[in-house]
Amino acid sequence: MRSGVTIFPGSNCDRDIIVALKEISGKTPIKMWHKDTEFPNLDLIVIPGGFSFGDYLRCGALAARSPIIKNIKNHISRGGAVLGICNGFQILIEAGILPGSLIRNEKLLFTCRKTILEIQDSMISPFLSGLKKGQYLNIPVAHNEGNFFASETLLNELKNEGRIAFKYVKEANTDDDYNPNGSCNDIAGILSKNGKVLGMMPHPERAIYNLHGGTDGLKFLSKTFEKLIG
Amino acid sequence: MKVVVNISLKEGVLDPEGQAIETSLSNLGFKNFSDVRTGKQIILNFEKIDENEAILATKKMCEDLLVNTVIETYKINVLKD
Repeated sequence: MRSGVTIFPGSNCDRDIIVALKEISGKTPIKMWHKDTEFPNLDLIVIPGGFSFGDYLRCGALAARSPIIKNIKNHISRGGAVLGICNGFQILIEAGILPGSLIRNEKLLFTCRKTILEIQDSMISPFLSGLKKGQYLNIPVAHNEGNFFASETLLNELKNEGRIAFKYVKEANTDDDYNPNGSCNDIAGILSKNGKVLGMMPHPERAIYNLHGGTDGLKFLSKTFEKLIG
Repeated sequence: MKVVVNISLKEGVLDPEGQAIETSLSNLGFKNFSDVRTGKQIILNFEKIDENEAILATKKMCEDLLVNTVIETYKINVLKD
């Protein structure tokens, strides 16, 4: 699998996802600086987490207008897969590639903790087709603006088209505070219309080794890798 | 010529910062107010073009970058020298 990881000023999860993808695929992903406008055809582009451009104006707003975005859109129109994690999800929304909005967390707190994600009944997608509906993944979040906000119309559309990838769910015998940001319908990640672009707030690259406290991120990325090399 | 853009959240969009400010104001004893909303202001300085051109340019800037029209609205005001 040929993959690439975009890097903006302020990206800070690029190294971790590069290590994770190398672990899974055996190949080191290429690094894609935000000003780069030429890169080889890739199977997967990951837009990693961080604080691109210092979160100035709105999270992801300035990154979404960087030169590289045009190439990412071309990659998508060729049917290429894109994974946006955390700030990467914010960038995909700001670029108009995914719908809705990510606003301040309901409780105004930067939330950094583990969450439980439930795989939804989604459309065919390289990111989800290797997992089962209803399956749980333990993957941590770390963000201040991860509160997915959308109109009722859009929420219904996402549900009916099978574009809701993950929802935060409650673990048995735990507190009610399972949704870390107050997102509409507990949404943690959504897909594009063709299922090839996934934006998610949780960080799979932070759940790769047992030392991280769990390996569900590795499971998720490995399944994605298997589907992509199909 | 200075052009001021005031950006605020649309009606119905949760403004947790506004809510937190409202609670704090109530704790200080302020009364008879509600629905505190926050926003941001962007000031642009235009030269060599007239007012209408400046407003048109600012509007395009708002739509292309300055405002997330999914959740925000904006007002453009020209400051006369």
